[in-house]
Amino acid sequence: MSGSLHLLRRKAVNVAMLTLTGLCTLVAAGTLVFILSYLVIHGAKSLSWDFFTKLPAPVGEAGGGMANAIVGSAKLLLIATLVGVPIGFLGGVYLAEFGGTTFSFIVRYVTDLLNGVPSIVIAIFAYTMIVLPQKHFSTLAGGLALGVMMIPIAVRSSEEFLRAVPMSLREGAVALGASKAQAIFTVVIPAAKNGIITGIMLNLARVAGETAPLLFTSFSNRYWSPGWEQPTAALPVMIFTYAIAPYEDWHEQAWSAGFVLLALVLAVNIFARMILSKRKHVAR
Amino acid sequence: MAASTTLASGAGPARPARSVWQRVRAGDNLAYSVTLGAASAILLITGLLVYELYAHSAASRAKFGWQFLFTSTWDPVADQYGALPFIYGTVVTSAVALFIGIPLGVGAAIFLAELAPPRISDGLTFLIELLAAVPSVIYGLLGIFILVPILRQVEPAIRAVLGWTPLFQGPFYGVSLFSAGVVLAVMIVPFIISISREVIRAVPADQREAALALGATRWEMTWDVVVPYAKNGIMASIFLALARSLGETMAVTMVVGNDPKIRASLFAPGYSIAAVIANEFTEATGDMYTSALIELGLVLFALTIVINGAARLLVARRNVA
Repeated sequence: MSGSLHLLRRKAVNVAMLTLTGLCTLVAAGTLVFILSYLVIHGAKSLSWDFFTKLPAPVGEAGGGMANAIVGSAKLLLIATLVGVPIGFLGGVYLAEFGGTTFSFIVRYVTDLLNGVPSIVIAIFAYTMIVLPQKHFSTLAGGLALGVMMIPIAVRSSEEFLRAVPMSLREGAVALGASKAQAIFTVVIPAAKNGIITGIMLNLARVAGETAPLLFTSFSNRYWSPGWEQPTAALPVMIFTYAIAPYEDWHEQAWSAGFVLLALVLAVNIFARMILSKRKHVAR
Repeated sequence: MAASTTLASGAGPARPARSVWQRVRAGDNLAYSVTLGAASAILLITGLLVYELYAHSAASRAKFGWQFLFTSTWDPVADQYGALPFIYGTVVTSAVALFIGIPLGVGAAIFLAELAPPRISDGLTFLIELLAAVPSVIYGLLGIFILVPILRQVEPAIRAVLGWTPLFQGPFYGVSLFSAGVVLAVMIVPFIISISREVIRAVPADQREAALALGATRWEMTWDVVVPYAKNGIMASIFLALARSLGETMAVTMVVGNDPKIRASLFAPGYSIAAVIANEFTEATGDMYTSALIELGLVLFALTIVINGAARLLVARRNVA
């Protein structure tokens, strides 16, 4: 009797716990659905053409947009790409094609370490490197901070995609008389091109949403920021400033900006994952 | 496809042997040095980052010494700085995040790896991994305008159940250590799920079959055999999540309340290291103020390095075993 009771209890535990794990999944996946639908409903509502074409309106005045922040974000991402991608990509080529030494072990280790550095700490780095000597905030400093953040992931994704190129392609190139450098740059890299570019897109989507590295590097700006030497507005920083401000219409604008930012980031992510879906592992 | 065509055109016409030899040598050396230069640049940048943090916090380190870590006065007017309230807030918010995030994340990972049909599992994992791509400022936005009002609603219920503990005492204004912990939990769950799911899936099938053959129920098989087998990988995912939540800035800044006091109650507002740097850096007047904030950055850096290192050790041990 007690034996069958025991079995019954085990079966009950089985069902209860398995149901619980299902509930956990439901909560986790439900969060995204909730976030998405809330932002779409709330953010799209107050989104207008002005958002993309006008400067921010002064406090108390209705309307206005975030055109300067959108351009500012684009400029910051351009600098970040120029800083992060060459170093990251070529570093990845080194690890994939010339690696295998103690030095490449150290590089890999330090890359992981850099990947773990909080974004706010990288902001301090950009601040002491550029803002402090120049004595003013600039697009350049913000771009540098984002660029440094791009490096570790650019290294890792480039290395991974290059390693995925079959050895036989390299051997074939060398057998046809190509040098190692020729084999790498005319055969291996073109073969890994799609993956590497997709990796860079994902990387850009990630830093595009970064706010902390910009707070005291590119700072903020209510107006256009010509050139690279002045403080500039950026979309994520605007979301932050507008969200914590005490004005109701600023909150609406923060939702719109959040919607635009999230739509961009998720679109890139979904697109990239569709391209990479044949590969099992995606570097993040 | 593209590779094979480039291969054919890349072979090129024959040239005098000697010049080809030289050019080839030059190309290899050049490629090696350029990529080596890029790899070295990574070391250089990281080294420079550590040096800058160290050098620019010199004034604060000289004045306060190790006491900086153990005193709780944060008074820019008197130029007295102690990091304890921020360290406390950082640790407490992350602890709350792990307390909520670990059961949720590991539970969902078990479901996705063991129970869900592969197609549903892949679809849900895709959705959950998208959560990891949502910018943290958007989590902060949702935290302020959705989570805080919701928490105000459920606060009496929490207080009714747990109000007798010192952790849920005092007035609740919405912004608090607890709110920040909940937002962080939502942010770290995708990391725990996606890594844990992979390591649970990698457990060999014969382990499961052996457990089932001995009469274990599906849950007993999962909990007593599969999860212990994948333990190191799951722990590594938790450490990575912890490192991320310790360094998280925007979402915490927006809901933690930004008050540099140490209070036992989770319902009280607090502050975190990353949040104080974000909030006060631009207004920091005076070298000592800036220096103290940069030293906070150094502390945060050291904290995340240790946690990340622990995660790496766990992963390494798993690979050896």
